[in-house]
Amino acid sequence: MTSLITTLDPRSRAASRGWSDTTIRNVFVIPTVAFLIIFNVFPLLYSLGFSFTDFRASSKAQVNLVGFKNYVDVLADPVIWRTFTTTLWYVIVSVTGQFVVGFGLALLLNRPLPYKGLLTTLLMLPMMLSPVVVGLFWKLIYDPSWGILNHALGLGRVAWLSDANLALYAVAITDIWMWSPFVMLLSLAGLSAVPKHLYEAASIDRAGKLYTFFRITLPLVAPILLIAVIFRTMEAFKTFDIAFVMTGQPAAELISSRLYKMAFQQWQTGPSSALAYIILIMVLCITNIYVKYLNKAKER
Amino acid sequence: MAVVSTRAGRLGNRIAIAAVIVVTLIFLSPIYWITSTAFKPLVLATSVPPTVVFEPSITPFVKLFTKRAQLTTPVDPAVYEAAPWWEKLVLDGGERLSRDGRGEVVFSAYPDRFANSLIIAVTSTLLAVSLGTITAYGFSRFRVKGEADLLFFILSTRMLPPVVVAIPMFLMYRAVGLNDTHIGLIILYTAFNVSFAVWLMKGFIDEIPKEYEEAALVDGYTRMQAFFKIVLPEAATGIAATAVFCFITAWNEYAFALILSNRRAQTAPPFIPSQVGTGLQDWTVIAAGTVLFLLPVAIFTFLLRNHLLRGMSFGAIRK
Repeated sequence: MTSLITTLDPRSRAASRGWSDTTIRNVFVIPTVAFLIIFNVFPLLYSLGFSFTDFRASSKAQVNLVGFKNYVDVLADPVIWRTFTTTLWYVIVSVTGQFVVGFGLALLLNRPLPYKGLLTTLLMLPMMLSPVVVGLFWKLIYDPSWGILNHALGLGRVAWLSDANLALYAVAITDIWMWSPFVMLLSLAGLSAVPKHLYEAASIDRAGKLYTFFRITLPLVAPILLIAVIFRTMEAFKTFDIAFVMTGQPAAELISSRLYKMAFQQWQTGPSSALAYIILIMVLCITNIYVKYLNKAKER
Repeated sequence: MAVVSTRAGRLGNRIAIAAVIVVTLIFLSPIYWITSTAFKPLVLATSVPPTVVFEPSITPFVKLFTKRAQLTTPVDPAVYEAAPWWEKLVLDGGERLSRDGRGEVVFSAYPDRFANSLIIAVTSTLLAVSLGTITAYGFSRFRVKGEADLLFFILSTRMLPPVVVAIPMFLMYRAVGLNDTHIGLIILYTAFNVSFAVWLMKGFIDEIPKEYEEAALVDGYTRMQAFFKIVLPEAATGIAATAVFCFITAWNEYAFALILSNRRAQTAPPFIPSQVGTGLQDWTVIAAGTVLFLLPVAIFTFLLRNHLLRGMSFGAIRK
């Protein structure tokens, strides 16, 4: 090995004393992967086990294996089906809303504007805020008697959050307010990446505005829009905080809230683990699609 | 971008500018509303019709930090005169401050919850960014077996719905006594953020030319020295941006905090809505707590404005 003298010479130290690249790679990568396995994979395996039992975290009763009973029960439960349908409808309404508002805003902003940077940053503010706190202050805004929304729009005492027909839309409106800026941000990036010479060529050919939009702008922005939509779909599907804090209306109950109530209010640990697994598989499927498009975007 | 030179084009542009300003104002109005509520006297917070113009007061913030009780008898004028200005504000509202045996003002739970949020968010951010940076360097510079699969695995842990993960975590934490502890939430937020940090930092490190390190290696640096003295300073902006993103995520997190903490380690997000009970509630105090809680994020959003796109797309899309 090395003598004391050579350690003082950086050149020979590099050759003999420093960690090899393989060691560095292992030391740099393995702890994170191990950490994630311990705190994400292991707990999930743990709950996979529970999903086949009648375990209740609130009692010390004997735990029995019940096979696929929990899965069958969960899938046969009309309340769970209702929350699944509600969630699906919520995802459609809120992601469509975000897409329309966000892309519209991006088209408006995609031109030389005074204070453009400041305006975009201000528009970005809602999505950075804590969803639960946003839900809370929208509750004040939606209040039927002293809420500003009914007064500003000249509506009477519309009970946005307790009306079975409105509650879900009220939550979706808040979600659209929060997340349209995200779609706008990504759309703006897509729009600014469209090569200018294409527009010049189109104007030389005297192409109409609509033609230019549908034949040049939209196809070139589509890949990034798709990323925005898939990401928001995934997040909307998982929505918990905003809906949970805003309304207790059963007609607006989302699947995550149902899961929370099953697991931590009714303490049905076994069935809720089964439901958690069903949700998990759905989310992983969307994630898979999302990552595929992310990697595609990276390659461009 | 269309070349705007025609008269119609210029008009269109003016309309667009007006529209942008109107939309921005609409977007900011909910934030304005909660902020203004935080400065309203109690009676105006829930007045019908809502009050838009009023004389701002900071009473809600005094009330936010203190424990109070309703005054049953009118306050003694001598006591009122002797009280400091902030106590007068509370007395004016028909309440008195609670005091402990030694006559010290008793604080509300808010400062504790705020401090919990700060401790947990800062510590988990430091851990997640440190781990994330070295892992990203490993993935960026060395050949890792099954790299694409590992990176997908790392990202997918971030995508899991919090309630799904919280069920087993709650049971595990209960078994080892980590429920309602700072360390429990710090570990969980680190795990949640490290995946994000890896993805974002990998993008930043990929952009640093390998030649910089190779030159340093030729000059006799070890790989580690090259990493610390060349790569880290070059990645400083990226590290800062990643840290701010991780901080905001941990600061805003609700589901894990709701399930895995209830008092000692409870953070502000589950605490703030828990003040809204049934019956009469003081919306000015809730608004004051909300504004104070949202303020750091608002400041960070401005500092981060040039990196928002990158952070939001997990480093996939750069400007």
